[in-house]
Amino acid sequence: MSTISTDKGERTPLWQRITHAHHFRSHDEEFDACKIGMWLFLTTEILLFSGFFCAYAIYRTMYPEAFQGGSHHLDWRWGSLNTSILLLSSFTMALSIRNAQLNQQFWVKFNLLFTAFCGILFAVIKFALEYGPKWSQGKRPGALYDYPNPSHPSEPIWWSVYYVATGTHLLHVLVGVAVILVIFYRATRGMYGPRHYTGIEITGLYWHLVDLIWIFLFPLLYLIH
Amino acid sequence: MSSEHTHDAHHEGSYLTPAGGVWATIKQWAFTVDHKKLGVMYMTSVLILFFIGGMAALGVRLELWEPVRVQVTQTVNDQGETVETRTVTGQLFNAGKVQPVPVLDEQGNPVLDDEGNPVFRNELVKNLNTGNETYNRLFTLHGAIMVFMVIIPSIPAALGNFFLPIMLGAKDVAFPRLNLLSWYIYVFGSIFAIASVLAGGVDTGWTFYTPYSTTTDADHWRVVFMILGAFILGFSSILTGLNFIVTVHKLRAPGMGWFDMPLFVWAIYATAIIQVLATPVIGVTLLLLTMERILHIGIFDPRLGGDPVLFQHFFWFYSHPVVYVMILPGFGILSELLTVHSHKRIFGYRAVAYASMGIAAVSFIVWGHHMFTAEGELAAVVFSALTFLVAIPTGVKMFNWIATLYKGSIEINTPMFYGLAVLFLFAIGGLTGLPLATLATDMHLHDSYFVVAHFHYTMMGGTIIAFVGGIFHWWPKMFGRMYNDRLALTGAVLVFIGFNVTFFTQFFLGTQGMPRRYASYVDEFQTLHQISTVGSWILLAGFLIEAAALIQSLINGPKAPPNPWGGLTLEWTTESPPIEHNFHHEPIIKHGPYDFDCVVPPHWDPKDYPLEEGAAERAAAAH
Repeated sequence: MSTISTDKGERTPLWQRITHAHHFRSHDEEFDACKIGMWLFLTTEILLFSGFFCAYAIYRTMYPEAFQGGSHHLDWRWGSLNTSILLLSSFTMALSIRNAQLNQQFWVKFNLLFTAFCGILFAVIKFALEYGPKWSQGKRPGALYDYPNPSHPSEPIWWSVYYVATGTHLLHVLVGVAVILVIFYRATRGMYGPRHYTGIEITGLYWHLVDLIWIFLFPLLYLIH
Repeated sequence: MSSEHTHDAHHEGSYLTPAGGVWATIKQWAFTVDHKKLGVMYMTSVLILFFIGGMAALGVRLELWEPVRVQVTQTVNDQGETVETRTVTGQLFNAGKVQPVPVLDEQGNPVLDDEGNPVFRNELVKNLNTGNETYNRLFTLHGAIMVFMVIIPSIPAALGNFFLPIMLGAKDVAFPRLNLLSWYIYVFGSIFAIASVLAGGVDTGWTFYTPYSTTTDADHWRVVFMILGAFILGFSSILTGLNFIVTVHKLRAPGMGWFDMPLFVWAIYATAIIQVLATPVIGVTLLLLTMERILHIGIFDPRLGGDPVLFQHFFWFYSHPVVYVMILPGFGILSELLTVHSHKRIFGYRAVAYASMGIAAVSFIVWGHHMFTAEGELAAVVFSALTFLVAIPTGVKMFNWIATLYKGSIEINTPMFYGLAVLFLFAIGGLTGLPLATLATDMHLHDSYFVVAHFHYTMMGGTIIAFVGGIFHWWPKMFGRMYNDRLALTGAVLVFIGFNVTFFTQFFLGTQGMPRRYASYVDEFQTLHQISTVGSWILLAGFLIEAAALIQSLINGPKAPPNPWGGLTLEWTTESPPIEHNFHHEPIIKHGPYDFDCVVPPHWDPKDYPLEEGAAERAAAAH
């Protein structure tokens, strides 16, 4: 809702010409409001995933063997690689905020693009090296399960929890990548600088949460013994 | 203020001023980010859906006029054989079902084609089941529309959107574009749900319990459509709630502390917290249910090791808090109606405000009382005990409202009549909740008409009646026109009578053992069912009169003054209807929202409102 003032010359960077939306009293108030809004949204995301964690807890208690057996089909090395990729991307995301605060325009763009690239890499590894081979081997959710040697009759439930939880997380990663690319485009127009970096800041909050959820999913799914 | 340059002449006009030209006006509304226009858009869509859901309810009541019976008549044909014919009576909505039926020749043998297979033709078959299915679809339609598309968005999204920012002295909600988005999401979700009805309807009940919702119409997409519709509507609810929380935190006018906020704002704030914290859980539940239907993931399917009761837990973890999303805004409106129309300071302001927050907090730990028959004994005892906690903050509110009325100068006009009606109806609705929370009595009353009557007294008697009262209270402000109060009051009285005739009988039906959701019943229940159905017609007549009063007001109602009732909250300081930016200057709060004893209402002549000695000093000291 920010408006762009035309009072100042065209040569002034865009971020200096952006004023706050008319219904806020000051830029700081708008920044605070956006941050509270994003934190509330993140609360809803945590509650959304809490449904999966709850289902996980219940079915793991009911069928511990199925969860152990199912987990052994996951390769912890790909999981760890993806964890490191997401952690790295969270770092570059945080850096891009710092860059905006210091008006390092090139590095803002570089770090945003790098973060988006990490997100895409995560998705590619997930699809090509994890979902793809497992699906074709018949390790599928619920009634679609078609693998000859299940470790336990309820192993299909394990795969349901695995696919639904990681699939929803993957969807969040892809949405995050799309948002970061929009922010990147805005950064190329010079919209972010020391006084105006709300967009990067709240996108960063979202991206860190996506990362955090993966940090919980990874040991719960890959590292069961 | 830094935004002075945006104050051109256009922004000083009423928000209803058309943009010039029909097309431009439609565009002006369709892409508006003005919370007032969005409030009006929400109100219009909610009222349209209320009409559709109400028609479904009338259909349900009409079907229950007579019990469904199968009559077997025996006749002797020309060959001297006894032939049995079975006819179904008491079914009004037996649309029948097109089914392949074998073609018979004159001797009654099946006709075979060249390859020796029997020939079928499609025929409209009417039997007991098709009529009962129609009934199931009707009550599911009624429940789903009323809960997800009418009651949940009614007060927060329609009246809340319009009045929350004005009552806070703000120009708009914190995120106006998000507000527009949530309206579109609401419409999109409603279209999804209605599409499933047009495709033949859903008969799972609005609660979508597994395995009904995973097995009925297994070959068809309409159940998925309905579930996705509810899922999408949830997004709209979350975004609205999020917007309101931030607005309350950041956009209060200078001088307005937390305890200077009108109680309507407190109620909407408590509601918004529940919306934000509970709706994501129904989101994930409906997502899992959709996966269950499309991919058969087995999470709720015992054949694959899943647990159908888990669905009930997930569902009620949202859907119990959400009944307070429905009722809390109604309480908020009630606090406004009773104070303004009795010109009396609210009794126990802080207690009422804290009670809203208390109800919101307790709402999250009582979901298990919907599942007394589906959970362990210990859990049932714990949830029963916790459920009684709800009665404490609710009781605090009830007593405070009654104490507010005491020695007030009460004016009985349409909004006040609705206010008093809510007080009366909700007292019944709330108290009948206690036998349902008590395990021993609930074993008898569970899933009976007693439950139906109880939640209609709270949801309809509490929320819908308060919503209609709120519409009549704020109508002059929203549209700048007065309505014919005598006509509206007549309608209100009819609504009140019709409501009690319809639903009070259902308490008797329930205690005598009539189960909910049945298309038929034993003969002994017929009189009570017929009284209830007649009540639904009185209710219809009442609502039609109210609609006529409002339409007449829009056409040729007299112009409304800025403060027709003598309210003290900020919306009564601005014009009727408000200007585009709500206020000419940012308001500064100098008195509390209910200081009727020491402040002359804005736009009123002090001669008409004599205050006691030293009122001004007391007002200044109180603030």
